[in-house]
Amino acid sequence: MSLYQMQKFLFDINRDRAVQQRYREDLTGLLDRYELTPDERGAIAARDIGLLYVLGANGQLLMHYAAFLGMPWADYIAAMRAGVSAHGPVRAGIYHMTTEMDEKVAGV
Amino acid sequence: MSLVFAGISSHAPGITGRAHLADPGIAQEFHGAYRAMGERLAAQNPDALIVVAAEHFANFFMNNMPSFAVGMADRYEGPIEDPQWLGIAHTAVPGNAALSKRLIREMMQSVDLAYAEEWKFDHGIMVPLHFLTPRFDVPIIPMNINCQGPPLTPLHRAWAFGEALRRAADSVPERIALVGTGGISHWPATPDSGKINEAWDREFLERWQANDKQALLSYTDEATYRDAGQGGFEIRTFIAVAAAAKGRGTLQHYRAIPMFAVGCTVAGMSIGA
Repeated sequence: MSLYQMQKFLFDINRDRAVQQRYREDLTGLLDRYELTPDERGAIAARDIGLLYVLGANGQLLMHYAAFLGMPWADYIAAMRAGVSAHGPVRAGIYHMTTEMDEKVAGV
Repeated sequence: MSLVFAGISSHAPGITGRAHLADPGIAQEFHGAYRAMGERLAAQNPDALIVVAAEHFANFFMNNMPSFAVGMADRYEGPIEDPQWLGIAHTAVPGNAALSKRLIREMMQSVDLAYAEEWKFDHGIMVPLHFLTPRFDVPIIPMNINCQGPPLTPLHRAWAFGEALRRAADSVPERIALVGTGGISHWPATPDSGKINEAWDREFLERWQANDKQALLSYTDEATYRDAGQGGFEIRTFIAVAAAAKGRGTLQHYRAIPMFAVGCTVAGMSIGA
């Protein structure tokens, strides 16, 4: 259930400018609206794309959140790989890494 | 009047958003093939363009996920993504609510649909329109097949959706063009982004060009995920176009471009009886 809530937060912030504004002004209040695990809440607060990926965030949601944070493409890919390196394989969802840790599949 | 144009194309956000990071010659060749598809489409003078897309949690989420949804508005907007990130400026896109309503009514005779009077286009529709109707002057009827949040509609239901779409297009006086957008094999937005199974793609495109219903519907989601990644689930949009067009396909462009995270595809299909 909580992965659903974490993804719901990503869905909301990706499409709603008012949520984006609240993110900048009152992150604590915004996150209180979602039933997040401490890991999820911490990863969002720390802008930890790698941990959010490992926790099972759908890439389509995560990619746009990374773009919202101003993260360049190569950094986004690297952050997910760093997340797997630090926290182990993806724990939930359908997005499991299938390439080797040091592969640069897209050339970045 | 009837369906007057049918085709399929890729919609990955990198096609526009990361164009500057790809080999310029390779990117330009693909972009040129994409624009040429737009010229063939325009030559048919369509009154409306149906885009069957597989959107990515821009409008539809797991709180209320339709297998099939059809837009029913006079006006849409996009992209929902950061325009600079996608490389496409934010714009209004015309729709045609009355035409949508007539199409939906006819399609509902055989397929259960959700409809949406509000729809913010993501890259799944904006990237194709950027090349196909670059002035955003052709009314768009957006249609969506859930290819993101399992459980996904079975392939034979995507086929039935395409058949319903064709029947509906033939039932209205307007000239209707149809484009299905998606990826074949790809692992988008993951650390595997850029991985492409070209052999799998080419086999799929053979089946699609031959409009071999049995072969197209024989993929299982388990095998597709293993061989073509979670992005491979988007074959549903291409299968729906084959079911609607009932013709034979012609591949105009295919090239695996890892920076765009997909085998970049442009293909048309004749309109069969």
